[in-house]
Amino acid sequence: MMTRRWSTFALLSLAILVVAGIGWAGSDIFQRFVIDMLVKLVVVLGLAVFVGNSGVFSFGHASFAALGAYSSAWFTLPVAAKKIFLPQLPAFALSTQVGLPTGAAIGVAFASLVGLAIGVIIVQLSGLGASIATVAWLAIVTTVLANADAYTRGTSSLVGLPLATGIGAALVSALLALFIAFLFKTSRYGLMLQASREDEVAAKATGISVRAVRLWAFVLSAALVALGGILQGHFRGVLTVSQFYFEFTYLTLAMLVIGGIRSLSGAVIGTFLVAGCAEMLRIVSGGFEIAGLMVPALPGLREIGLALMMLIVLLARPRGIMGSREFTWPVKTG
Amino acid sequence: MIYVIQTLVDAVSVGAVYALSALGIGLLFGVMRLVNFAQGEFVTIGIYTLMLTVGLWFPLAAILTVFVVVLLALLADRLAFKPVRDADPATMLITSFALSYLLQNVLVLIFGARPIGFNIIPELGLPVMIGEIRIPRLNILTICVAAGLLTGIALFLRRTRIGIEMRAAAVDFRMARLLGIKGDRVIAVAFALTGVLSAVVAILFAAQTGTAAPTYGLQLALVGFVATVIGGMGSLVGAVFGGMIVGVVTVCLQALLPPELRVFREAFVYAVVIAILVLRPDGLFQGVGSRERV
Repeated sequence: MMTRRWSTFALLSLAILVVAGIGWAGSDIFQRFVIDMLVKLVVVLGLAVFVGNSGVFSFGHASFAALGAYSSAWFTLPVAAKKIFLPQLPAFALSTQVGLPTGAAIGVAFASLVGLAIGVIIVQLSGLGASIATVAWLAIVTTVLANADAYTRGTSSLVGLPLATGIGAALVSALLALFIAFLFKTSRYGLMLQASREDEVAAKATGISVRAVRLWAFVLSAALVALGGILQGHFRGVLTVSQFYFEFTYLTLAMLVIGGIRSLSGAVIGTFLVAGCAEMLRIVSGGFEIAGLMVPALPGLREIGLALMMLIVLLARPRGIMGSREFTWPVKTG
Repeated sequence: MIYVIQTLVDAVSVGAVYALSALGIGLLFGVMRLVNFAQGEFVTIGIYTLMLTVGLWFPLAAILTVFVVVLLALLADRLAFKPVRDADPATMLITSFALSYLLQNVLVLIFGARPIGFNIIPELGLPVMIGEIRIPRLNILTICVAAGLLTGIALFLRRTRIGIEMRAAAVDFRMARLLGIKGDRVIAVAFALTGVLSAVVAILFAAQTGTAAPTYGLQLALVGFVATVIGGMGSLVGAVFGGMIVGVVTVCLQALLPPELRVFREAFVYAVVIAILVLRPDGLFQGVGSRERV
């Protein structure tokens, strides 16, 4: 049954397909940019499942990207590399090597379990208190990972992950994430959660168990963000703990907020827009030559540009570019 | 015994800095439900101001630092927060997050990301001997300054007209405005007070570490957040005690944890924070802002 609602899904899938197609046809550098963008899209859609529907901001989801990425790497790293870099891994992990799909399943499962454990605590708190608890949670995970040398090599980087995230894997994951986010948003539970976002007291009064729906959205969103983290690890081939800290949180939240947290079209538009601007700013801030004049590298310029962009969008459109609208195709619902 | 007393003095002086940081966060949350991430950068910019003026006579440098940070706080209110004041708290939260990121990276652009060393009043590092107990002068100064500032702010909030208006606004902002309190002015004063607190935190922090780096403020802001939450959001007394608790727990863990676990200290601190939240979701001192009213 084709409804107005599903036309949004069709249009957004088409947009993602077109972007991936351009990336596939483009130069190597451009293709890398598109893969990175699609991976970020998986993370942003994951964030949208919880933040978008519940209206509770989470600053802690980078932790699930990190947990997913490291736990999948324990299994996808070639055995020889593991024996050198992580000799203290448990024997069953040390002696097996699996492909990206199995590794991703392990990473997502692990991150979801951890998400369930911490989610139980976080949903006990009211909106802003919950946001701040997620900050504390991120600090805990980062500290533990940065010092668990036997599992992560601590502050040095873990290298040698198979480079399995190509444009195909990124595309499939982005479409999958979109489908799951869409299914959840339009489901009974998604609507209940959105009701609690608009008015928590009224939602409770109509019999919605706000904590329970928040918890399940939190776990689902942790799973998707973990998938994004796993893809990123197998795209760069290198994992560091700092890769999933403040900057990751900032960039993905900016993508979501600039597009509009209430709209999945917004999540997609925001990701493409911010990733595009970030790439251009990265090239500019790397230093360049214009008409024989050397412009030196300006570290921080990219971040400043992104922050200004986010502030301007927030001041002009506090609900993001899309607000709560979605792209739709006028179809007859007969 | 001597070790215990020295650790306690250490704990109280770290807790005092955290308490000031938390009070700054708590003030703005109380008056306008703003969780201000950018407070971390108020502190960082204070540290850099101090670094630039370190050649001057110290009291002058301190006054300049306070001046710059207060000005920055007022500008932030006017340019970034006033336009989103009527939006929901989540939008304000994200605005402050963006502002924090902006200021932090402006510092990276100007000064680079590496820490820069400088030294204000080296004599402060020398210890005072009380019997057999060695206490760094800096710790004594920190505790005295914090106690003085907290008393001053408590008096300000209880005895002056604008202070009482501010407390009224914290209980019910709309009602306070209906009764003739000027909302803009109350919020501006709250920002100015946050600026003063941030500047003092910057001075104490710089005296302790002797370095400036763009990310220093973030850590203090994080501590401020968790302190206000465990204290009970909206309660100023709670924020101060929350800050003190985080500081004392941090120093005690440093002293008590076995060496191989010491690197995980921050994780333990935040785990204690989450444990408190599980046991007392509304915080230790339940504030007026902790429950949504119908």
